[in-house]
Amino acid sequence: MISDLVIDTRGLRKEFGPKVAVADLTLDVRAGEVFGFLGPNGAGKTTSVKMLLGLTAPTAGTAALLGRPLGDRPARAKIGYLPEHFRFHEWLRADEFLNLHGELYGMDRVARGAAVPRLLELVGLADRAATKLGAFSKGMLQRIGLAQALLNDPALVFLDEPTSGLDPIGRRLVRDIIDDLRQRGMAVFLNSHFLSEVEKTCDRVAFIRGGRILQISSLKEFEEEALQVVVRVGQPTPELLAGLERFGRNVALQPGDGRISLTLADETQLPALAHWVVQNGHSLYELTPTHLSLEDRFLQVVGEELDE
Amino acid sequence: MAVFVIARLTFREAQRRRLLWVALFMGAAFLLVFGIAFHFIQRDIESQLNQPEQLAFVSILLLTAGLYAVNMLVNVVAVLVSVTTISGEVESHTIDAIVTKPIPRWQVVIGKWLGYAVLVLLYLAFLVGGLMLIVYLRSGFYMNNIGRGVLMMALAALLVLTVSIAGGTRLSTIANGVMTFMLFGLAFLGGLVEQVGALIRNTAAVNVGIVSSLIMPADALWKKAVAYFQPTTISNPFELGPFAAITEPSTLMVVYAVVYLVALLLFALRSFSRRDL
Ligand SMILES: Nc1ncnc2c1ncn2[C@@H]1O[C@H](COP(=O)(O)OP(=O)(O)OP(=O)(O)O)[C@@H](O)[C@H]1O
Ligand SMILES: [Mg+2]
Repeated sequence: MISDLVIDTRGLRKEFGPKVAVADLTLDVRAGEVFGFLGPNGAGKTTSVKMLLGLTAPTAGTAALLGRPLGDRPARAKIGYLPEHFRFHEWLRADEFLNLHGELYGMDRVARGAAVPRLLELVGLADRAATKLGAFSKGMLQRIGLAQALLNDPALVFLDEPTSGLDPIGRRLVRDIIDDLRQRGMAVFLNSHFLSEVEKTCDRVAFIRGGRILQISSLKEFEEEALQVVVRVGQPTPELLAGLERFGRNVALQPGDGRISLTLADETQLPALAHWVVQNGHSLYELTPTHLSLEDRFLQVVGEELDE
Repeated sequence: MAVFVIARLTFREAQRRRLLWVALFMGAAFLLVFGIAFHFIQRDIESQLNQPEQLAFVSILLLTAGLYAVNMLVNVVAVLVSVTTISGEVESHTIDAIVTKPIPRWQVVIGKWLGYAVLVLLYLAFLVGGLMLIVYLRSGFYMNNIGRGVLMMALAALLVLTVSIAGGTRLSTIANGVMTFMLFGLAFLGGLVEQVGALIRNTAAVNVGIVSSLIMPADALWKKAVAYFQPTTISNPFELGPFAAITEPSTLMVVYAVVYLVALLLFALRSFSRRDL
């Protein structure tokens, strides 16, 4: 169903002179989905979001948000955006700031009167309503920016690194907010570097590097996929290593502690593996299955030159 | 409408950043200095002259000098307050969360223009009103055709404001400031050259002045204003000293200035709507 797609891009491209910031952005995001957009610094994440929001004009390609072409005003009324550089008019008070942005969303006085205190409460700034933004800390600015993005009950929210300035409590808060948005059927497009968080919040992720999408997968797929296992026995022998080859790939003896790591195709092989090790007279001290973390995958897909 | 939301925001910014109060305070200081100077000069003059038209002439001279200063001040203030407004918000990315709202970008530009236009015009009215009041209270003199002249000054101030807003849609704050002030200076110099040219009957110099008025008509508008200020009974305009308009710009120049302003504003709207942020 077409109308189910809240983001639908085809071959979006952005060049800055000779520099290709985004080469070919083709992806879709459905309602109720939290989509993580991951990539190293300079990969083109922010540029992609800016194109979708009409801040920069694409060099080529087309896209639709909420089923409407880019720049469509009724669609924009239902889109929230927390910019990467969350700088706002610092001479405004927090409540004035939210009121201003509510007005720009076209919300009437009643709607603003209800939304502003609710959002201040949501982001934990209820007691700072009368503080000027100039006196806000970085994390507080990010929180108020997030509140701003949620003012008009958006159907789609773009968050460009929403937790970069936040303390652990704030990051937890953002996660809860995102979960809540998902439950209410809204879609979230999330640029982030905090992979452990993305792992906890996102339904699907795209890896991007050098302006190209390298891979789009759902986190569920990742979970069902290959399993990393660490085996520790009393005396690892060459025969043991050779024997383990029958169960999985990448068998390797870790230097130092004598642990052996290998990758299994799926979980159901675990009991057989344990049985075989014991039966061959090895004393089994440890058998730890772990899923590849998102960070491992990120490094695998995007390459080791992550310069964060 | 978003235009008015932004205009109000602009006005509030001037208030919050104490721009309004500093400008009013300094304006009051300016009026005070003028008032004191006017009082003492007038006292001196009164002891020497007694013909009413001679006294009126002195009042015209001093009031014109005051208006000249006001014209300069208001133009400079118009540039200073508006030069960072768009480029600054683009550079700091404050604008990002604004223009992604369901409003057309041009309304942001018009809104800011409107906010500053009201501010600058109120300031002009305050200073001109102050000068007139001082002169009237001290000498009882009232300049009859001041309205039209002040209208020309207002147009000049809006013109300078528009240049600075339009520049801000494309240039960095610092480049925009340099451009706007240089343009202003060019018009001033061109006006001076034209005066001298007219004085020594040098056509080339007059033409330089005319061309510079076409590039930036603000100074020509001031000359038009002076032409309204000085009464036709004065046969020799040099008597008014450096503030005199030896060559009065034609009405066509005023029309040109209006067209210039509108075209520039339209350019600003278009330019800002199309740029990458
Ligand atoms: N206005 C611009 N002019 C020229 N080049 C630009 C411009 N904006 C971005 N770029 C380039 O485009 C590329 C992508 O930048 P972008 O900001 O999208 O990266 P990003 O993925 O958001 O990085 P980060 O993780 O550091 O935020 C970079 O190489 C950057 O230098
Ligand atoms: Mg970025």
